[in-house]
Amino acid sequence: MRSRVRNNILSLIGILLVVLLASWINFGGDRTENFLGSNLDLRAKQGLDLQGGYQILLQARDKNVSKDRMQAALDVISKRVGGLGTNEPVITLQGDDSRRISVELPGVTDEQKVRSLIGSTGRLEFIAAGQDRLADGQTVATSYCTAGSMFQPRPGLCGTPANPTPAAATTAAPNATAGANPTPAATPANNGKVYQTVITGAELDPSKVDVGFDQNTGANQVLFGVKGDAANTFQNFTSSNTGQQMAIVLDGKVISAANIAGAISTQGQISNPTAWATAAGKAEVQNLVLQLKYGALPVELDVLSSRKVGATLGQDSIDRSFIAGAVGLGIVALFMLLYFRLPGLLADLALVVYALVTFAIFKWFGVVLTLAGIAGFILSIGMAVDANVLIFSRMKEELRLGRPIERAVEDGFRNAWPSIRDSNISTMITCAILYWFGGLTGTSVIQGFALTLFLGVVCSLFTAITVTHTFLKTMFMLAGRRGTVVRHTWWYGVNPVHVVRRASDRAAAGGD
Amino acid sequence: MLDLVGKRYWFLGLSMLIIIPGLLFILLGGLRPGIDFTGGSSWELRFDKTRVPATNEVQTALVDADAAFIKDLQAKPNPTKPEQDLLALRQSQKFETIAQPSDEGLMIVRTGEIKDVTGEKTAIVNSLSDRFKDKNGFNPDVSITTTGPTVAGEITLRSVFAVGLVSLGILLYLAWAFRRVKQPWRYGACAIIAMLHDVLVVLGVFAILGKLFGVEIDALFVTALLTVIGFSVHDTIVVFDRLRENQIRHPAESFPAMVNYSLVQTLARSVNTSLTTIFTLSALYLFGGATIRSFVLALLVGIISGTYSSIFNASMLLVIWNEWEAKRKQQRRGARPTATAPTMPQIR
Repeated sequence: MRSRVRNNILSLIGILLVVLLASWINFGGDRTENFLGSNLDLRAKQGLDLQGGYQILLQARDKNVSKDRMQAALDVISKRVGGLGTNEPVITLQGDDSRRISVELPGVTDEQKVRSLIGSTGRLEFIAAGQDRLADGQTVATSYCTAGSMFQPRPGLCGTPANPTPAAATTAAPNATAGANPTPAATPANNGKVYQTVITGAELDPSKVDVGFDQNTGANQVLFGVKGDAANTFQNFTSSNTGQQMAIVLDGKVISAANIAGAISTQGQISNPTAWATAAGKAEVQNLVLQLKYGALPVELDVLSSRKVGATLGQDSIDRSFIAGAVGLGIVALFMLLYFRLPGLLADLALVVYALVTFAIFKWFGVVLTLAGIAGFILSIGMAVDANVLIFSRMKEELRLGRPIERAVEDGFRNAWPSIRDSNISTMITCAILYWFGGLTGTSVIQGFALTLFLGVVCSLFTAITVTHTFLKTMFMLAGRRGTVVRHTWWYGVNPVHVVRRASDRAAAGGD
Repeated sequence: MLDLVGKRYWFLGLSMLIIIPGLLFILLGGLRPGIDFTGGSSWELRFDKTRVPATNEVQTALVDADAAFIKDLQAKPNPTKPEQDLLALRQSQKFETIAQPSDEGLMIVRTGEIKDVTGEKTAIVNSLSDRFKDKNGFNPDVSITTTGPTVAGEITLRSVFAVGLVSLGILLYLAWAFRRVKQPWRYGACAIIAMLHDVLVVLGVFAILGKLFGVEIDALFVTALLTVIGFSVHDTIVVFDRLRENQIRHPAESFPAMVNYSLVQTLARSVNTSLTTIFTLSALYLFGGATIRSFVLALLVGIISGTYSSIFNASMLLVIWNEWEAKRKQQRRGARPTATAPTMPQIR
């Protein structure tokens, strides 16, 4: 007896600690905390549909692309996106053969910019422009895919010239539409010239690409470095072409053009003292640095699907979900109270514990909340009391059989357990399959639903069974032997008239 | 005691009353697959809720805007690869639009696949802004989801696979849960039939809604369907569990009487467990965001159907199966069938 009391007090303290911890997590606002020596991120993470944003699923055009190259592409995209200063981008490799990259950018509104950063394969080239002053944004044809650069022979990336892939045709001759205009791959574009590629982005040294300052004018400059062997080629070319034009081309479009002022081998700089001294010029320099640094995406990617959610709808959705959750919780609580009375009230307390704990878990593990995820959570509120309904219904039956209340409570918990276990396992199986199913749609919508529902089910097992049980036992403990009120069957939703009094009736009514 | 088992054919009949029209509508092509399955783009356009324009006006506006954009693109001297792709796509496939008004000023429009990279979307939104901003309070901050044909095909395939996988998992689990009862596979099969009932009800209701109101089904609909499957079995297990217990306690009792007794015993709690879920879902349906409303509706219909089928179908099928088997055995022996009226003691 004494040990049972002690166990109950220990459970109660445990529950109290869990509630305190959950409240601390939930009510301190969005923040990061140092908890037990590790950094704890306690910010509620909102999915695309709640805070708006852009999500895009890309697939490598090359079917036999290696995982390493995809990983490299992912790194490049991560860096490029990092340069945008977005909050919490989620970039992952997807698909059985890791040929896909999913990019989620919550809160990003400038999708045009994102597209130009992610969508471009970023084949970066330095081309010899001779006397031509090429304008930024101009489309040009280069020798890259047909003859290679001065440093390297034609790379495998473009496909064979005899049977050009669409990519090769595009770079070599952008107006060679597939089938529509069957021009040979080498047909020049735009101004009719094919420009010689000097070096490509692969020969740039990313660690040496940076923003610099012109010491005389104070204007911003672009600094760049050329890797070992290619530096010779570059020096030969620049020394013999001083005074001529050189342009930087990304995916067949000029991003910058300049006069070659002198020989460059391993270190170079691009300056534009008048234009780049302004704030707008500074931004242009930074953009160019970004493009030079992360320009070369090692694979060509096609857009498979995309999703853009307007930013203005998020708060409205959150408010609506909050109202729906509050109303749902209220109705369920009222129902439990009216139908089961005293244990219903305790189950309602446990339900509050449930809501606190589940939400704290979402925050702790960084579960991304989406509209469907919140729906899963609200749905799980209704399910959280399922176990209680099963237990209390059993309890009522036992009471009707004339069992003393404390024994009826224990029997209720014990007898209801198998069906609680079975039904919860079936929901968990469903959640697991849903999670797998949702992985394909690229967005975290379905997975969010599966995850919140799953966590809800697990939490409800704890609150509906352990917490409610402890509360009931505590109540009996506090009421003591003389607490007749809590022992009246009416408080348990059983009319005393219906209680079977005699043992013989009990046996006949199906008791054991 | 309430005689539920005696009215078993009535209950099955009521199910048919919903399933047969539903099936009819499914056969009539009432289920309208959304872009998740067909590929294309889905736009969420928002207007002032008192000044929502007519759907055909919006559809025309979209078609015109896209045509104007494509015309400009064709005139462009050096189209990029995505631009070429877009031109080829529009040449092979007409740009179709289907607008469906939702509530709170939301209109969901399904169109052919938009190629974001080309600036097509921006051009269309600008054109819509010119036309509807002052007149109808159009919000240019639109949401748009685009699914290419590759992903759409995979989602379709995986949806079918997921439904199969859930069914198989549940069947195996049921067989395990009822391993100590005679004929565990029979219990599993009856639970699966009840589950198929729920799937058909949800599909049927959405086929009717699709035919009459243009409601589309998407990946979230499949999610709802899979969840319903889980719930359906959840409810059925509560009933079967009691049956399992009663069979052990009263091995001498006739099977129909035992089923009836178990049903009456569990009726209140089967209804109650579903009620709490229905409460929260209703709150979500009435007060939650408009974008997930049809998802919530699918869940709601499925869970109500699941509760019904677990009480009035699954166990009834067990009884019918049992009876049929007994009859067959007796025919073999040439004996007369015995009465199957409930003979359990009464409790009130």
